[in-house]
Amino acid sequence: MNPAAAAASALQTAPPGHAWRQLKSRGMGAVMLLCCLLVMAPLFLVLYFLIHEGASAVDWNFFTQLPKPPGELGGGMANAITGSLVLLAMAAAIGVPLGVLGGIYLAEYGSARANYWIRFAADVLNGIPSIVWGMVVYALLVVPFKSFSAYAGGVALGLIMIPLVMRTTEEMLLLVPQGYREAALALGIARWRMITVIVVRTALKGIITGVLVALARVAGETAPLLFTALGNNFWNHNLAEPIAAVPLQIFTYAISPYDDWHRQAWAGALVLLAMILVLNVFVRIISRDRKFN
Amino acid sequence: MADPIRLTSPLPSPRPDAPGPAAPVRPPPPGADVAFDIRDFSLWYFAHQALDAVTIQIPRQKVTAIIGPSGCGKSTFLRALNRMHELSPGVRIAGEPRLNGENLYAPQIDPTMVRRRIGMVFQKSNPFPTMTIAENVLCGLRLNGVRDRPLLRERLEQSLRMAALWDEVKDHLDRPGTSLSGGQQQRLCIARAIAVRPEVLLLDEPCSALDPIATAKVEELIHELKRDYTIVIVTHNMQQAARVSDRTAFFYLGQLIEYADTRTIFMNPANPQTEAYVSGRFG
Ligand SMILES: Nc1ncnc2c1ncn2[C@@H]1O[C@H](COP(=O)(O)OP(=O)(O)OP(=O)(O)O)[C@@H](O)[C@H]1O
Ligand SMILES: [Mg+2]
Repeated sequence: MNPAAAAASALQTAPPGHAWRQLKSRGMGAVMLLCCLLVMAPLFLVLYFLIHEGASAVDWNFFTQLPKPPGELGGGMANAITGSLVLLAMAAAIGVPLGVLGGIYLAEYGSARANYWIRFAADVLNGIPSIVWGMVVYALLVVPFKSFSAYAGGVALGLIMIPLVMRTTEEMLLLVPQGYREAALALGIARWRMITVIVVRTALKGIITGVLVALARVAGETAPLLFTALGNNFWNHNLAEPIAAVPLQIFTYAISPYDDWHRQAWAGALVLLAMILVLNVFVRIISRDRKFN
Repeated sequence: MADPIRLTSPLPSPRPDAPGPAAPVRPPPPGADVAFDIRDFSLWYFAHQALDAVTIQIPRQKVTAIIGPSGCGKSTFLRALNRMHELSPGVRIAGEPRLNGENLYAPQIDPTMVRRRIGMVFQKSNPFPTMTIAENVLCGLRLNGVRDRPLLRERLEQSLRMAALWDEVKDHLDRPGTSLSGGQQQRLCIARAIAVRPEVLLLDEPCSALDPIATAKVEELIHELKRDYTIVIVTHNMQQAARVSDRTAFFYLGQLIEYADTRTIFMNPANPQTEAYVSGRFG
């Protein structure tokens, strides 16, 4: 027999215990598939309930009208949807620049000792319950100015965003290979230019992804808005006054005794979920071809 | 004392032979053909001494090869020449490397200016992934504030031609730099380094990731470049050192063991350790 034929027949004879091993492999595969389904089940439950209970209330009026007084049917969440967008814009205006600059400091400038404490602080901040943020901002902004306000709500959400954005920015910057920094410096490029044009540019998709994830996270926050933005049944014309937000509106409607309001609460939840889903789709699209080498 | 103005002048950096504002007359440096004059230069990483009292004079417009076993301090020495070592934590130095008689480490001198005059190409090719081929080549100029379009266009072609890459990429200059093959990427990095017209080019094992054909191209290129540049190349490849360099320095355990004409180092070394290393008996 020539060597090639010998090799071929060696491939065909299964080693001892092969069948048992294949059986184990199949069994484990099935268990893992089951786990996957269990993980995804809650998502489908949420979608099912929201669509089943809320879809009927999502109509044109829902997006264009103000809430009706209790007892009257119809009305919508136009003010709450705009309010949420305004709050998110304010939160981004605070959280993105501070978070990104903080992340750049951590990744590019800070000494090991300073970074250790800053990271520690950021991780502690990330763990603070969001209602605590609401209370702090209440004491900082609502009490001194004697009014609930959109500003206070935006600040509360912005403060929650800072440590989230900071840590993802740092991680993304640290993924940029050191070689690019050295190559840029070896060209006689100043350090801050190297950081902005080469390093941040290379990590930009990751940073944007982090920002969107943070926005999606705070978009659904209710607790920090309860005693800052407070909620409002009408349009907000002055950011120094209370403003409506979708999660707040859901909360108000859900604990009310009216059936029509319950329906609207489901609809609000559906819309909120859709907003967050859209953000996540953006994240997917942006991070799809993220690679550095 | 040499005038510090040369180190802070804007691009294009003045070279002795480059047209431009006449360099002020100054006393000729120790031997006009000496680029780097280094005496008793030592370097530590924290407590570990990586370079021990290195004294070496590197000639202008010649190729100097640095050889020695792994970990002997070749990269450390090279990086100290354009102050890249300052990026590493815990680095301490003693001594004053001079380029054309000027102390590169003088307190008033910005390392950025040193690096504009002393370019570097790394072992692992590293074109910027967010930039096209053309942007990669011109990035050093642009980020140093050069806006003159005709000049940029001229430099682009010139640099790519010098790096023997022009014919291969001239029809797709707007493709990403990372779309090139490994050897092409390394030549792109060389083009990028020479686009800012440094005086000196430091090459740290530039061919270690390349196949023989790409290596031959880069070696040819080094031959060409030495008409305009002072070149210092670290290599693990004895044949390469013998082929491309005029002078060779053998480092061992942070010390400069022997430094002489390449022919002498390979044919008739004075030191038994050098002899053992170049004949492949250790290292
Ligand atoms: N950033 C650093 N921090 C601490 N020690 C370092 C650092 N870089 C190098 N060293 C040490 O300094 C010594 C010289 O290293 P260097 O990188 O200069 O060697 P090399 O001759 O270039 O080796 P190779 O041929 O493997 O590239 C080694 O002992 C190394 O461990
Ligand atoms: Mg090395």
